Amino acid sequence: MASLDRVKVLVLGDSGVGKSSLVHLLCQNQVLGNPSWTVGCSVDVRVHDYKEGTPEEKTYYIELWDVGGSVGSASSVKSTRAVFYNSVNGIILVHDLTNKKSSQNLYRWSLEALNRDLVPSGVLVTNGDYDREQFADNQIPLLVIGTKLDQIHETKRHEVLTRTAFLAEDFNAEEINLDCTNPRYLAAGSSNAVKLSRFFDKVIIPGFPDRKRFGGGTLKSLHYD
Amino acid sequence: MSFLIDSSIMITSQILFFGFGWLFFMRQLFKDYEVRQYVVQVIFSVTFAFSCTMFELIIFEILKVLNSSSRYFHWKMNLCVILLILVFMVPFYIGYFIVSNIRLLHKQRLLFSCLLWLTFMYFFWKLGDPFPILSPKHGILSIEQLISRVGVIGVTLMALLSGFGAVNCPYTYMSYFLRNVTDADILALERRLLQTMDMIISKKKRMAMTRRTMFQKGEVHNKPSGFWGMIKSVTTSAPGSENLTLIQQEVDALEELSRQLFLETADLYATKATINIVFDRVGKTDPVTRGIEITVNYLGIQFDVKFWSQHISFILVGIIIVTSIRGLLITLTKFFYAISSSKSSNVIVLLLAQIMGMYFVSSVLLIRMSMPLEYRTIITEVLGELQFNFYHRWFDVIFLVSALSSILFLYLAHKQAPEKHMAP
Repeated sequence: MASLDRVKVLVLGDSGVGKSSLVHLLCQNQVLGNPSWTVGCSVDVRVHDYKEGTPEEKTYYIELWDVGGSVGSASSVKSTRAVFYNSVNGIILVHDLTNKKSSQNLYRWSLEALNRDLVPSGVLVTNGDYDREQFADNQIPLLVIGTKLDQIHETKRHEVLTRTAFLAEDFNAEEINLDCTNPRYLAAGSSNAVKLSRFFDKVIIPGFPDRKRFGGGTLKSLHYD
Repeated sequence: MSFLIDSSIMITSQILFFGFGWLFFMRQLFKDYEVRQYVVQVIFSVTFAFSCTMFELIIFEILKVLNSSSRYFHWKMNLCVILLILVFMVPFYIGYFIVSNIRLLHKQRLLFSCLLWLTFMYFFWKLGDPFPILSPKHGILSIEQLISRVGVIGVTLMALLSGFGAVNCPYTYMSYFLRNVTDADILALERRLLQTMDMIISKKKRMAMTRRTMFQKGEVHNKPSGFWGMIKSVTTSAPGSENLTLIQQEVDALEELSRQLFLETADLYATKATINIVFDRVGKTDPVTRGIEITVNYLGIQFDVKFWSQHISFILVGIIIVTSIRGLLITLTKFFYAISSSKSSNVIVLLLAQIMGMYFVSSVLLIRMSMPLEYRTIITEVLGELQFNFYHRWFDVIFLVSALSSILFLYLAHKQAPEKHMAP
């Protein structure tokens, strides 16, 4: 049942925000016991029921590519990372709620990943400035996830959540705030789970005509017999 | 009156250095992290400021700026402060931040950090015993005792770094030239990397589906944990979970391979970039060579020895100072980026501040050799009766040892990965 259709979602963010824990939680529904440094890229697969609960329900494999590193890496590391940014269907931007810099760096991360597709020679032509218009006509669905929610004290929670709401709005994306060491944040039926499901649905079938440009192709279900 | 003017000049320059250290910390070292504990930034900037002030005093000594007695006073004061920072403050805070990272000891942070500091002091003191550093007529807690020990550590550090750098630099540049990386090489490696990722993905897809069917059928995959778990898994195990463990092992091997390929690709990109930079640089000379060119030119013509010796030593010492500060800051930054994380950033920055302080103190000790006799007196006066010759011999010994072991280390590493260095 070889299929050429891939559903590829990048998971980007600074070192230490919790991308590996998040990916482990999303794919294996378990908390990652011994998180360690991600060198290069680690991939995991999530089985997703597209349009769950409706007669058109189909099962898809969603590949989550967890790319490690920091935005300030040497250009040689950035060029190596760029090989993973080919034909991406969706991007999950992960930031640490206790670390403002990680949220600010998300702009640079998204530019690094998105510009890869627009400039085939692989050279980053932007000077790193964030431009909202770039995200307005961006075809790739984005999702912003904030981690380490449990480490935010009750009194500061409102201020932090307001800040992240602005952040998500800038990216024209939904946002989820959770703690990767606690599976109950993504329990079935919770609003977070619904947002996640909606995001993956958008990734599988975006509502835009020129999906081919990003390497999607037609969709077939990937049932495992 | 002149003392007041001199002091105000010194204080102004110290504030300037402090500001520079602060900016460097904010813009360069910590640009990807959030500064939550400002005390770290303050300590770093203060260490930097007082270290630079020492060099400034040397330059003032040569140029005969400021009053001689006020210079002496500031030397003493500066040394006291630097020693205070290097021996008391920075180690204590390093211990404090290390202890804060460990959750268990969180409650009695202060107690444990004091204990750590006392341990450090014990070893620090013991360090001085086997060395013939100073004459035995000084008391226990005198400046000379502390400086001698700080000097030993700093000089060892400098010698180690210099030895390694002296061997590593030509080796790296040689290998960069010999390798001659082409774009096709890089593309081939990238293709292999992506193929490996694809293999990992297909295996993980099988695992995910197996887990799902097992979950739906009501079986639960328990990883064998503990002694009894292992015994049980030998006799009774569902075929699904056996499959999973097998595939997991294959996946682990493939992931290790993908990491290696990623690092090799990054290495090739770095080589390509360096070759470009090096070839662009041909034709420009560095400041020291230019300085020597100018000096040689002047030597050809008749000149007044006394007049020029002051200026030449000033230039030379200045160049040494500036390049060593710049080199140190660059190395510290690279090192910091490579090993720090959001949890350990505070500890690492403080360690770097400690190393920087010790490095600067020992630079002052060693620079005495490069200075003409009449300028050495102030250092001899201030630092007391240290056996300076010992430090120079110690530097040479450690430099040799470090260079030889780097050669050995690089040779072994070269043998381990011969295919990397074969020309295509």
